[in-house]
Amino acid sequence: MFEDGSIFNQLLVERLNYFIYVVLLLIGLWAMIAKNNLIKKLIGMSIFQTAIILFYVSIGVKEGATIPIYLSEHDPHGTHARDESNETENPVSGPQVLEASLVAKYTNPLPHVLMLTAIVVGVATLGLALSVCLRIYRAYGTAEEDELLEKLEKEDSRNAVLPIRQKSRRRFPVQKSRSVTQSKTVRSEEKSVPQKPKSNRRRKTSTNAEPQIPQSGSLNKEKKDDQKPTRAKRTRKASSRKSKGDNS
Amino acid sequence: MGLELLNTLILSLLVVVAVLSLWVRDLVVSAVVFGIYSFLMCLLWAEMGAVDVAFTEATVGAGVSTVVLIATVFNLKRKAKD
Amino acid sequence: MKKAAFLLVLVIGLLLALAVRDFPAWGDPNAPASISPVASHFVASTGVDTEVPNMVTAVLADYRGFDTMFETVVVFIAGLAVVSILRGGSNRRTRDREFVVDFEPDLIVTNTVRLIVPVIQIFAFYVLAHGHVSPGGGFQGGVAMGASFILIALSWDLKTALVRFPLESCFTVAALGIVIYAGIGLLSMALGGEFLDYAHLSQILPVSPEMARYHAMLGVEIGVGFTVTAIMYALYASLSTDGRMQDGL
Repeated sequence: MFEDGSIFNQLLVERLNYFIYVVLLLIGLWAMIAKNNLIKKLIGMSIFQTAIILFYVSIGVKEGATIPIYLSEHDPHGTHARDESNETENPVSGPQVLEASLVAKYTNPLPHVLMLTAIVVGVATLGLALSVCLRIYRAYGTAEEDELLEKLEKEDSRNAVLPIRQKSRRRFPVQKSRSVTQSKTVRSEEKSVPQKPKSNRRRKTSTNAEPQIPQSGSLNKEKKDDQKPTRAKRTRKASSRKSKGDNS
Repeated sequence: MGLELLNTLILSLLVVVAVLSLWVRDLVVSAVVFGIYSFLMCLLWAEMGAVDVAFTEATVGAGVSTVVLIATVFNLKRKAKD
Repeated sequence: MKKAAFLLVLVIGLLLALAVRDFPAWGDPNAPASISPVASHFVASTGVDTEVPNMVTAVLADYRGFDTMFETVVVFIAGLAVVSILRGGSNRRTRDREFVVDFEPDLIVTNTVRLIVPVIQIFAFYVLAHGHVSPGGGFQGGVAMGASFILIALSWDLKTALVRFPLESCFTVAALGIVIYAGIGLLSMALGGEFLDYAHLSQILPVSPEMARYHAMLGVEIGVGFTVTAIMYALYASLSTDGRMQDGL
């Protein structure tokens, strides 16, 4: 299985580093696609990024080479110092261009430079992504992808159905989710105004669509944002109750 | 030989730690394990001779990005669903 | 969804594993990236051109100075975006959080931090200034400096840190860093060179053109350090408090 020339030998022995980079990259990619939590997705993104940075750095590695800082015999300042202290001993004055054989003794510095800035920019973009996560959490009260999609769909269907409902209900077949949102809207209209569940953003988008609904809710903006997590739970309970009722 | 062994050890630990940081449900633990991942990465780069990159990763990846992740989780729900 | 993702990842993995076999052997000194004329030139003549022993710093701040300048601008813009996205803060109260933080600073922690913050800051300056001859430079020194302020915010509270380094001056400092960087570039332009061609600074500095590049690199690194310090601190301050800038972590 591990004899010379076989694919396992090539991947797992000769090019183990590259193979592990591929594995890390796949872990990151899988996490970005399949993980449910947004923070987990971002950690996956960082793993992906480090895999690529690893790949870049390792193409500059040379066997038996030292780090890309001049040794004291090639160090320009080292020579200066020696020249000043004892000029006769060292005839070389000033730094010289290294020969090709000496160049091979130093690791390639170019990938290091490219990746050094990439790491710093990476943490800046990670911070940006995290701030967007926080903003999403602020608006929807969740950082899980499935709950987020559910809430977005609910909101979309509500926005889409409201103008139609005012014209005619029978022209379009009413789906389950629509009936839920409609009944909920009706329910909330019956109740007093501060309990009406409308977030800031939604109100803005629905202002044009439904002129009938009174806009007095904007006075209670702060209160409603406080109530958001509990409201989300209540909405879910209400919808499940309604769907049960529909089935029976 | 010793260096090769170290290399293999770090690489296998990297995969384990990467999977672990995605597997645990507590996001704070996840962030801290990701810090460990960054330190292992830093070790790997130092071993490859990329000292500047290793230094940057030690300060940025293991330091600031862990702190920033934990600071964000502080404002979110701590438990993840998966 | 998860199965599809796994399948996709598997297919990509297979393709990449096949591609891995085409790479040059591990650590091959004759790999295409290592024998390229650009990399060889950097290794061979950094000492002659700039007298900087650390090639990475020389390539970062001098040969590829334009690139680094805009990387710094990217960091600056990212910090600006984070603060403006989270600006204002949410109205959720602290008790809605799952973590409850005791705001009374701990005696042992604060006194330890009192001792080590000056050491961290001096080390940050050392890393920044010594980046020419040892690993380090503007990015690392700046991050270490920002970490010292983050440490103050963690051990006392954010208010204490914001008294020492307010968020408004954060962006002044960050912009100042980019102005220093671009200013050195423009200065060398005004002295007859091209943008970021530091050798022409020897007309106003009492040193040789090579040493002018050496010292201009230090100035550029200081600019980068300013920006990175301020932005790392601003990132932490806005993310830990969800933009409210009070009762943070």
